[in-house]
Amino acid sequence: MFGYIVRRLISAFLVVALTSMIVFVLFFKGPSNPAQPLCDLNGKCTPEKLALLTEQLGLNDSIVHQYGVFVRGLFQDREIDFGATYHCDAPCLGISYRTRGEVTEELLQKLPATISIAVGGSIIYLTLGVLLGTIAARKRGTAVDRGLVSFSVLISAIPYYVIALLVWIYVSLQWKLIENTSYTPLTEDPVAWFTGMLLPWLTIGLAFSTSYARYSRGQMIETMDEDYVRTAVAKGASQRRVVTRHALRAAIVPIITIFGLDFAFLLTGTVFTEQIFGIDGIGRWGIQALRSPVDFPVVAATVLVAAVIIVLANLIVDLLYAVIDPRVRLA
Amino acid sequence: MTSIQESGAFGFGRPVTEEDEPFLVVDNLTVQFPTHDGLVQAVTELSYTVRKGKTLGIVGESGSGKSVSSMAVLGLHNPRSTRLAGSIRVGGTEVVGADQQTLRALRGNDVAMIFQDPLTALHPFYPVGRQIAEAMRLHNDVSKSVARRRAVEMLDRVGIPQPDRRVDDFPHQFSGGMRQRAMIAMALVNNPQLLIADEPTTALDVTVQAQILDLLQDLQREFGSAIVMITHDLGVIAEIADDVLVMYGGRAVESGPTKSILTLPEMPYTWGLLSSVPDISGDVDARLVPIPGTPPSLLNPPAGCAFHPRCPHVDKVPGSLCRTTLPELAQASQPGHLKRCHLVNPDEIYLKEVLPEASPELIDAETGEVIPELQEQIAEILGETP
Repeated sequence: MFGYIVRRLISAFLVVALTSMIVFVLFFKGPSNPAQPLCDLNGKCTPEKLALLTEQLGLNDSIVHQYGVFVRGLFQDREIDFGATYHCDAPCLGISYRTRGEVTEELLQKLPATISIAVGGSIIYLTLGVLLGTIAARKRGTAVDRGLVSFSVLISAIPYYVIALLVWIYVSLQWKLIENTSYTPLTEDPVAWFTGMLLPWLTIGLAFSTSYARYSRGQMIETMDEDYVRTAVAKGASQRRVVTRHALRAAIVPIITIFGLDFAFLLTGTVFTEQIFGIDGIGRWGIQALRSPVDFPVVAATVLVAAVIIVLANLIVDLLYAVIDPRVRLA
Repeated sequence: MTSIQESGAFGFGRPVTEEDEPFLVVDNLTVQFPTHDGLVQAVTELSYTVRKGKTLGIVGESGSGKSVSSMAVLGLHNPRSTRLAGSIRVGGTEVVGADQQTLRALRGNDVAMIFQDPLTALHPFYPVGRQIAEAMRLHNDVSKSVARRRAVEMLDRVGIPQPDRRVDDFPHQFSGGMRQRAMIAMALVNNPQLLIADEPTTALDVTVQAQILDLLQDLQREFGSAIVMITHDLGVIAEIADDVLVMYGGRAVESGPTKSILTLPEMPYTWGLLSSVPDISGDVDARLVPIPGTPPSLLNPPAGCAFHPRCPHVDKVPGSLCRTTLPELAQASQPGHLKRCHLVNPDEIYLKEVLPEASPELIDAETGEVIPELQEQIAEILGETP
């Protein structure tokens, strides 16, 4: 098991390193000069100004050298020069063109909001989805089942941003049920954190729960037919016990796998949710960085962070799989 | 429909009074599944009884209704998709139409079931010991540690080596034979008075099969339980059953004491079953005679005797009786032996036509008569006729 984790960590590291290289090459060797947006930022961009910035950013050096400088910056402080000289503490992901702040610092500032949304929202959609799916499976073929399935298909058919917008317009603006949606750090004011996050949580929870409901319905229908579930009935277990302890216990395994990856995806930025509910997370940060003039260091940082999160999530899901399914433990 | 009580025949030959009603009484049981294609008549008007300490073997091919009928004893069919009629009494408790509470009190407690494939019948995510302990705790108010000790004890009892260590193993860490032993340990944890074993040895290899059967017999002697053994293996029947019930197309076609059924069967389907069993001690040149055709459709069973499309002896019955009229389950030539067949002289056909082909070693080549040992056995069975 230990050897397995080490092997997985090594391969995870390789994937992240490779991603960072690809990102680096894409952004710094892409069709446009990364110095161009920076040059456009303040007043008129003259060829002399562009040449100076290109030189200052080290873009004339070889790509290997540039990547080396970037990687070294992750471990020791760096001085970055464009127009003025900026000090960048390790781990340094560069200086934002727009705010002139350290990218790492901004990232750490925005991440908690996204984590809050992702954690709360995913708890809701997992519980709600599995609960509805289990009920539908138990009531298979009845009006309850058909109603739940149709409702789920309906919600899935509407684009997420439409749902989020409708929720915001009606719940927040029109009916004023939950007026304030914003991120307050949990450590600062837990109540404000909770109320500010509630609407985004519910929106994500509702919208994402539908696919989980359908998936867990299918899984439950399958496991309810398993021999070991019949064994549990033959032992004299109550219906509730048969469903939860025996059928759901087995049905949940593939659901958890998908959940882990979905959750990681949420962590990489809940763009629509943050944008619509006005929450300052990394999804919104990344989208704003893409607006012209493009804030290259920020975009590179968000892609890199997303890669790390996805790779880690995969690793965690695989390790978790060994915990929830004893059959893979020895493999 | 001949009921057990009227004929008083099945195995015991005495009238049933209330206080000594057999532990399991299945009376006129009909199980049907409505489907999109029509009504599946899985079991039709089936009756049998089993007393404590006795073993009934139910034989038949796939789809003959043997598993369906025994699952009904525990009320395991989904009431929404099943039509049940008739009566099943377990220790005096009516099971057909009983509420969940009654059924739960019975399941795993008075009546336990051993399933065919122990790999799929044990939960893959829980340790074996915990599954056994659960079966105990569902019916007894005991602590987890007491139940665990009992699980270790039961694993030891069914012959699992180092039970105190293996108790925490998962089913996939057990071998096939050990899994079936664990399954049996789980079934026996509450000392059931009736054990239903649904092809318990089918998934196991032959040597392990014999061990499991021995184990079941030992445990039966110890606890005096009744056993219903569902199988398609006549070898298993010969070894363990006191009585046999042969099912075909959802109906009982022959029943009686094991010795009587195996020595002098009177229904062509049973003949077919016996002829298609290889005999390792017999002549290597002896032909294995398969039953021609396929099992009957339960959606649309054949008219008359369900076996008639596959029966090689249809012509021996006058008229087209086999095709038009379902034979009654009637008294055979031996006591306690019932058969559902129109043939008038089944014993003669069996000894003169079926046996010489299926088991030539039992026939004296010169005289064409059966060998003396078999003759003695037959005389013994027939001699008991009052």
